Amino acid sequence: MDQNPNVLAQQRESALATNSVIRNTYLLLSMTLLFSAVTAGVSMALQMPAMTYLVSIGVAFVLIWFVLPKHANKASGLAVVFGITGLLGFSLGPILNMYLALPNGSQVIATALGGTGAIFLALSFYALSTKRDFSFLGGFLFTGFVVILLAALANIFLAIPALSLTISAAVIMIMSGFILYDTSRMINGGETNYIMATVGLYMSIFNIFINLLHILGIAGGDD
Amino acid sequence: MDLWLKIGSALLLIAMLAVIWPRARHMLANSPKGSSDDWRSFVFVIAAVALFILLLIQLV
Repeated sequence: MDQNPNVLAQQRESALATNSVIRNTYLLLSMTLLFSAVTAGVSMALQMPAMTYLVSIGVAFVLIWFVLPKHANKASGLAVVFGITGLLGFSLGPILNMYLALPNGSQVIATALGGTGAIFLALSFYALSTKRDFSFLGGFLFTGFVVILLAALANIFLAIPALSLTISAAVIMIMSGFILYDTSRMINGGETNYIMATVGLYMSIFNIFINLLHILGIAGGDD
Repeated sequence: MDLWLKIGSALLLIAMLAVIWPRARHMLANSPKGSSDDWRSFVFVIAAVALFILLLIQLV
């Protein structure tokens, strides 16, 4: 089959750019996860109060929404990403200390950590190996996330344990969808900025871990 | 849950909704439509995740 050399060169260039985004994203993601583990450890050692969770997440979201978009294409974006992930790791300290105080707390935390890792690796492998385009999930995932946020908002005041468990299960499903969606966007050229791709995948992992911890905590008898 | 923690959580969720809602509307209107095969593969993967979580629950 005869193909135009220019088209072949463009295809090769595009493949190289995609591989570079994927490689840089996973490298930065692994570094930010390690950094989060360190800040979570510091937060645990300092016995931070429960409010730390809310304040750290609030500041991290301000960075994600208002600071990151302005720095995503600059080297300073890396510092912002480490700031965000460091804060999110730090927010975990009070929660992890609370679970560690339970009789089987360390087992619950280890299972949630291993489970989150396994879900992320399996979904990433599936999206990378099939190269299927999951962009059709965009509307469904964002709308699902809005519904979950509304339910979570209602349950702050209703405090129904069954609804809380349902919300956690739904968050894990939606975040699993986001891992497929974000990975597929990297493969198919929808996301060319590895800093933004890293934050997207990190948020999915963070949410899966927190909610898996909640479900396993209840299953293990913390309620 | 402490009252201030409840109020803070509610404010954070409202802020998240305010930021995500316009994007959700845009995505809903502009996302490409998936074929039935696309949706079947997605449901299969999510079902596998759900089964895995059930397995984890059995472990703790």
